[in-house]
Amino acid sequence: MKNTLRQIFHSSKFVAGFIIFVGILLLLIIYPLINPGNPLEMIGVGTFAEPGTYVSVYDTVTTETETLKLPDAAVKRLGNVLKEADRQKMADWLSAMEIDVSGLDLSDTDALLAVWKENYDETARPAGMTKAERNYYKRLNASLGSLGSAGKMTVTEKDSSGEEQVVATIGTEDYVNVKDVPNTKNLVLGTDNFGRDVLKELVSAAGTSIFIGLIAGAVATVIGLLLGLLSGYLGGLVDDIIMFITNIFTVIPGFVLLILISYSIGQDKRGAPVVALVIGLTSWTWTARSVRSQVISLRNRDHVNLSRLSGHGLFRILATDILPYIASYVVMAFILQVSSGILAEAQLSLLGLGPKTTEVPTLGLMMNWAMLYSAHLNGSWWAYFPVILMITLISFSLNLMNTGLDQVFNPTLRD
Amino acid sequence: MKGYRKYFGKKIIWFLITLVVAVILNFVLPRLMPNDPVAAITGKMAQGVTDASASQRIYEKYQEEFGTNKPMIEQFFIFVGNLFKGDLGTSFSQYPRKVSDILASSLGWTIALQLPAIIVGWLLGNLLGALAAYIRKGFDKVLLPMALFMSNIPAFGMAVIMLVLFAVKWKIAPTSGGYAYDMIPNFSWDFVKSVIAHYQLPFWSIVLISIGGQAVGMRSMSIYELNADYVKYARFLGIKDRKIVGYVFRNAMLPQVTGLAMSIGTMIGGALVAEIIFSYPGLGSTMFTAISGGDYPLISATTLIITLMVLVLSFLLDIIYGFIDPRVKAAQLD
Repeated sequence: MKNTLRQIFHSSKFVAGFIIFVGILLLLIIYPLINPGNPLEMIGVGTFAEPGTYVSVYDTVTTETETLKLPDAAVKRLGNVLKEADRQKMADWLSAMEIDVSGLDLSDTDALLAVWKENYDETARPAGMTKAERNYYKRLNASLGSLGSAGKMTVTEKDSSGEEQVVATIGTEDYVNVKDVPNTKNLVLGTDNFGRDVLKELVSAAGTSIFIGLIAGAVATVIGLLLGLLSGYLGGLVDDIIMFITNIFTVIPGFVLLILISYSIGQDKRGAPVVALVIGLTSWTWTARSVRSQVISLRNRDHVNLSRLSGHGLFRILATDILPYIASYVVMAFILQVSSGILAEAQLSLLGLGPKTTEVPTLGLMMNWAMLYSAHLNGSWWAYFPVILMITLISFSLNLMNTGLDQVFNPTLRD
Repeated sequence: MKGYRKYFGKKIIWFLITLVVAVILNFVLPRLMPNDPVAAITGKMAQGVTDASASQRIYEKYQEEFGTNKPMIEQFFIFVGNLFKGDLGTSFSQYPRKVSDILASSLGWTIALQLPAIIVGWLLGNLLGALAAYIRKGFDKVLLPMALFMSNIPAFGMAVIMLVLFAVKWKIAPTSGGYAYDMIPNFSWDFVKSVIAHYQLPFWSIVLISIGGQAVGMRSMSIYELNADYVKYARFLGIKDRKIVGYVFRNAMLPQVTGLAMSIGTMIGGALVAEIIFSYPGLGSTMFTAISGGDYPLISATTLIITLMVLVLSFLLDIIYGFIDPRVKAAQLD
């Protein structure tokens, strides 16, 4: 056993897969400790808030400030206010005055403003421009001037008598330390369509999905193993009957049965364990087939015959003389079943047949929500891409481990 | 040819048995549903009807039409009888459209998309896998982990990534549908062009998915064969490498055909979900709308058609296998 383990951990593929998988598991265990709370809590009112650190505007006003004189602050501030359309308009004016702007990057506020300040002239009349348009540019130019200047902003609050009281006067060089602001929220992966913290939800969902995979894998492996052992060892009529059923369910696609059963169960009764069970019940066939063929090659070995001659019972022979020889194989089959179980849940959820939506998030449900709210069409990558990556990484790590094991136990495949 | 009769006969009998079981399961499973779909459609139709006896009559009329007031066994024989007539019932959610009409319009799209995609993916994957096994060093080191990673991206995930990159970001392909939404299907050049443009993303996302898995499988099969005794013996005899490789890959191919037959159901399942992402007008999207509309005749019929598709494909693969596997040929000639 010790030797086998050492051999397994010599396989680079297995180790790589193992590290990824353990890394994911650690994330699932540690992250909820750092960021506790209900993963389905809707903290955002809007949909799809971008990833980043959110600082309470209200609190910053009353937080103590420091004065910092940063050289490019004014330009950056302007860059934040200046809209895409305004930038385009500025470039239009410049090119109307036959100034070459082809080399100019419109998103580079500094460069754009330099060219603008140098060339803009209120009295100029570019060809073909109406008075209204010229007035627009006058206003634009004026607003550029005022934004750059050091005007102070006053924040007032209505007191009990309805009078406006000045709370703070904010200058352009006032800064607060984010540490001093009592309310900030770091949303590493933003929020989803319901305003939930995507990272928190993802961690919880990955946990549920792995749980579903494990249950489904265990159910499928146990059924497949039992049927495979019995049919392979006993042969004869039992073998015929079991193989008849197995062959039928190999050809009838498992996911069709999955869809029909999940639909029949109905939305209210479909918790995560039920979905896991159904997935397990529809995916045991190839485990049964391959266990059977392994057992057939074992059943006439000398030690099995000896055991039979000694009068050992069926289950003892299966458990002590046959199972140890196919154990590695069963473990590999189990790993693959786990990974396909996770995938099956995701596909089922995308069809709208996933677990009940109100209790726990799963990777499939997150994907389903992101698609229903067109996250992929409105550029909210954080709502779906981490989910796809998580599913891929989990199943990649499991498959790597499986390939590694395969190479250890199947010397002909070794590199 | 005569020797094959037994082999084919056995395969055909198996095909028929699985078909019967599939039809029974298809009939029974949706009818175990706890809520009464006829009540649901009555509720929809009888909105605003205040007279209880009137809505009762509506309910009875629909029960009559969908046949849900008869005993299960009788319903089953009616169902089978109708199947032979090509009548799959009436859709609940798109009432009064016939289920067979809805399926007729989506089946073609699915077959035209998935069959070529799976075949191309299978061929490319096997080619790459064989190359990886033959060249080994370097190539193998880069290609194998990549192929393994690719094969683990779920089909819908690949679909979403392709959609976002090519359709949303670079805008070189349409985002959804099987043809431009302002067109009516006809045989004009514009329509064909639109169909081809909409075909690309779903097609390549399915191809990319199947390449990975096939390449990994083919690589290990080829390595297994390359290490076999007959290869060593052939090398000792001084047979040219090129010739040996030909034999090796022919032998490695056989389990790949079986593998395809075994996994065709799973592959089609994944591809159907990918269809939903692209709103491709095939069976996947039909099933999606049927499920969200609680339309059980349509769900049952869609799953039946998919099962039938998978059964026919695995049957065909069995037949092909019989022709290309010399062992089957030898066994039948005895």
